[in-house]
Amino acid sequence: MAPFTVMGAARALRGGAVTSVQLAEQVLKRASMVEAQVHAYLTLDSDGLLQAAAEADEALASGGGRGPLHGIPIALKDNMATRGMETTAGSKILAGYHPPYDATAVVRLRRAGALVTGKTNLDEFAMGSSTENSAFGPTRNPWNTDRVPGGSSGGSAAAVAAGTAFGALGSDTGGSIRQPASLCGLVGAKPTYGAVSRYGLIAFASSLDQIGPLTHTVEDAAVLLDAVNGPDPLDATSYPGDLPRSDGRLGRGLEGMRVGVVSDLGGLEAVEPDVDASFRKMVAAMEREGARIVDASLPAAPHALSAYYLIAPAECSANLARFDGVRYGLRVDGATTEEMMSRSRAEGFGPEVVRRVLMGTFALSAGYHEAFYGQAQKVRTLIRRDFARAYEGCDVLVSPTSPTTAFPLGDRTEDPMSMYVSDVFTIPSNLAGHPAVSVPIGLDRRELPIGFQVMAPALGEPVMFQAAEAVEALAGFDTRAPYDPGFGLRGGVR
Amino acid sequence: MSWEAVIGLETHVELSTRSKMFCGCPARFDAPPNTNVCPVCLGLPGALPVPNREAINRIIRIGLALNCSVTGRSVFHRKNYFYADLPKNYQISQFDLPVCVDGYLDVGGDHPGRVGIERVHQEEDTGKSTHMGGDGRISAAEYSLLDFNRSGVPLVEIVTRPDIRSAAQARAYAQELRLLVEALGVSDARLEEGSIRFDANVSVRPGPEAPLGTKVEIKNMNSFRSLERAVAFEIGRQTACLDGGERIVMETRHWDEEAGVTRGGRTKEGSSDYRYFPDPDLVPLELDQDWKDEMAALLPELPARRRSRYEGMGIDPAQAATLAGADVHLRGLFEGAVEAGARPQQAGNWVSGEVVAALRSSGRESLADSPLSGPNLARLLAMVEDSTLSGLAAREVLAGVLAGEGTPEEVASARDLLQISDAGVLEAAVEEVTADHTEEFARLCSGEQKLIGFFVGQVMRRTRGKADPKLAGRLIRERAGL
Ligand SMILES: [Zn+2]
Repeated sequence: MAPFTVMGAARALRGGAVTSVQLAEQVLKRASMVEAQVHAYLTLDSDGLLQAAAEADEALASGGGRGPLHGIPIALKDNMATRGMETTAGSKILAGYHPPYDATAVVRLRRAGALVTGKTNLDEFAMGSSTENSAFGPTRNPWNTDRVPGGSSGGSAAAVAAGTAFGALGSDTGGSIRQPASLCGLVGAKPTYGAVSRYGLIAFASSLDQIGPLTHTVEDAAVLLDAVNGPDPLDATSYPGDLPRSDGRLGRGLEGMRVGVVSDLGGLEAVEPDVDASFRKMVAAMEREGARIVDASLPAAPHALSAYYLIAPAECSANLARFDGVRYGLRVDGATTEEMMSRSRAEGFGPEVVRRVLMGTFALSAGYHEAFYGQAQKVRTLIRRDFARAYEGCDVLVSPTSPTTAFPLGDRTEDPMSMYVSDVFTIPSNLAGHPAVSVPIGLDRRELPIGFQVMAPALGEPVMFQAAEAVEALAGFDTRAPYDPGFGLRGGVR
Repeated sequence: MSWEAVIGLETHVELSTRSKMFCGCPARFDAPPNTNVCPVCLGLPGALPVPNREAINRIIRIGLALNCSVTGRSVFHRKNYFYADLPKNYQISQFDLPVCVDGYLDVGGDHPGRVGIERVHQEEDTGKSTHMGGDGRISAAEYSLLDFNRSGVPLVEIVTRPDIRSAAQARAYAQELRLLVEALGVSDARLEEGSIRFDANVSVRPGPEAPLGTKVEIKNMNSFRSLERAVAFEIGRQTACLDGGERIVMETRHWDEEAGVTRGGRTKEGSSDYRYFPDPDLVPLELDQDWKDEMAALLPELPARRRSRYEGMGIDPAQAATLAGADVHLRGLFEGAVEAGARPQQAGNWVSGEVVAALRSSGRESLADSPLSGPNLARLLAMVEDSTLSGLAAREVLAGVLAGEGTPEEVASARDLLQISDAGVLEAAVEEVTADHTEEFARLCSGEQKLIGFFVGQVMRRTRGKADPKLAGRLIRERAGL
């Protein structure tokens, strides 16, 4: 059987069972079968991938290639700068933009030996939870192509689930890795804020954005994360010290681990019954495996969503100011510079981006600054304090990743609030800067994947992955989206 | 009605650090356009700023020199506004937590006073627009060229309290500040190249107890003179307005150097809501005591202190101010000469008078690498004191030393300028001139004193200017029996 995980491929490659070119061909063959339906990629660099794979095989044959990801095809969310490869952030305003430099995470991924398959689709500037906000058309969920893959890293999730990459990097500002991982039946991790350099990541909300892995297994996620994390002199917010190895506690099980179940993480009534049942079943299974289940409370968490929707738009209103048609990207001429700028922005930005830029500009305006942005920062401080208190009594916190499984395309596009609430469980970790991971634990009655979230304190990746790996083992979930090579994806047979 | 002017100045000082404020590009903008640029200072998507430690070092020194308290924790904010030469469409600046607050600068001279410093904060410079076609203004331009070499060059903004009361005092403050910045060695401090730029806030009120009037910001002053003229004009304009029963409009006005007037902006300034918020790409600066102490230890002697040290040497205040404001080479020459035994006042007069004049006529820019040393100047002055050289001859010797002809003694003897102070040699000359002018000598002998000068002149002529005129006068008197 052909390998489908990062580590599986790495082992097969080193054992001589496959070549890197074969791995690349496998990915490209899958893409030729499913991309027309899934649309995970904005740029699929077939030629570059095959050439890099051939070089990787040569290097391995001549005794080189010691990187942990040597020869493995990995996909990149299209909001990471790739030298010479179009980088759009899913926006019309950046169509045709080719960065002159690689993001630090991309540099490190390549240094670890990984091969870049291409750039995956996303909600424009990572703003969204369904990948429907991409200026280049939506991505569909490989489990059911009538449904969204989640977002904003929906393209990265769909690529891995559909087998068109062995793993992928996404970015997570309010759940943008974990929620699509949950909806696509994958593992998706957002590391501690500052663990992975943001240099070259096109900013949405700088104080919340983190790059992280989307993979089939917890082990893959830990390996991929350790390949790209670490201090970066180009990012003043990167964590300056040594990071613990993410795979440092794998295989240790749950015996004695204190697992906090959050009772008030933002209104549990919105959780679908199947998601809730699956979650409770897993908590009970964890207890049977030796975990000590404790009640935990984050009293400020119900305010997290509102705080997030002030802080993230405020930061994005400034971050997106640079897209003005002057130096790069789309330019629509006008009689004056101001007119050129405002026409370029009006033409280049989609409605969700415009909505958030307006919200953020308003939240920072004189007279409203304190009531909105100031209050939101206070909530953020309270949430950090709540987490600190909660972690006095437990090692990890758990919750569902998303209140629902994958929803139909178009279902929530008319009502932004209904889209926003899909991040209600994931946002608190971003506000606190803590790591969190989503692990698939089962299917709902419509055979759509359900995700289970494990949260840990800052730099707690080892214990987080330890718990996540135990959950993964308990769930025994097959992460490969079901497909028939002759007929494409199940949901695609319409 | 009499009005009191209330003036505050905002000064931008461009730091002469090797690299820019938030990236590694050279902080030089005289290179071909858009060559000292990178993803960070071009504001490319994904690029992030990292603060330049040397720039922080320098702002701390500026703050300490301005008697400010340096805050323990300082934060960079984003100042949001759209402008084509501002690559990110926000400027990284500081808002409520600047690096330095609450200082002062004492201004001496004709307009003494203490000017309070409200804050000193760090920010980055913008790029440069050149408007092509039309009259060079943006409104009439066909297109504009943008050069981002200057984008991200470190700037320090120094904001005074509204403590200045006249245009002349504004100028005195500005000059004192430039001297200070120059002494600190943190900036090229050249006004004409824009490495120091002044904006003034001017208002007038009926008297010192009255509340502050509506303030007007004036920009575009490129010299101390234009700063003084602009402020004076604006004070006059505002008082005339008020006397005429009009109201002052809060606005930004631009100084028109040629017309000698300030003009209201024709372009709409837009809202001044910059929506400041802490830049999430940067972490707060933690300025601990060790860092501040390290910078305090690096402070050089500052102009005010130097002036009082010079005055303490017995130099008059005007001369002390001139010398203290002179460049490092001239000051070195002065201090070296005094150390080698020259009288301070005499050395000061020579350095700021004869030496500067000699430099100018020799076409040299400064004394850097000049053969004229402190000890050389001291010897030259000693030769004047003991009458080995006349004042006139000493100037010639100075030129020779500057031209590299040798020590003052060598130049004087090579050019045959040593004064004749040998009574025996002069006696002969006196004898000759009295013999040549018997009629005049008889009148002198009979008491016509004013003829002494005539005979001294004759002796000087006969000795080609080398005679010691005092000695010659004495010998002539003796010979006439006076
Ligand atoms: Zn640069």
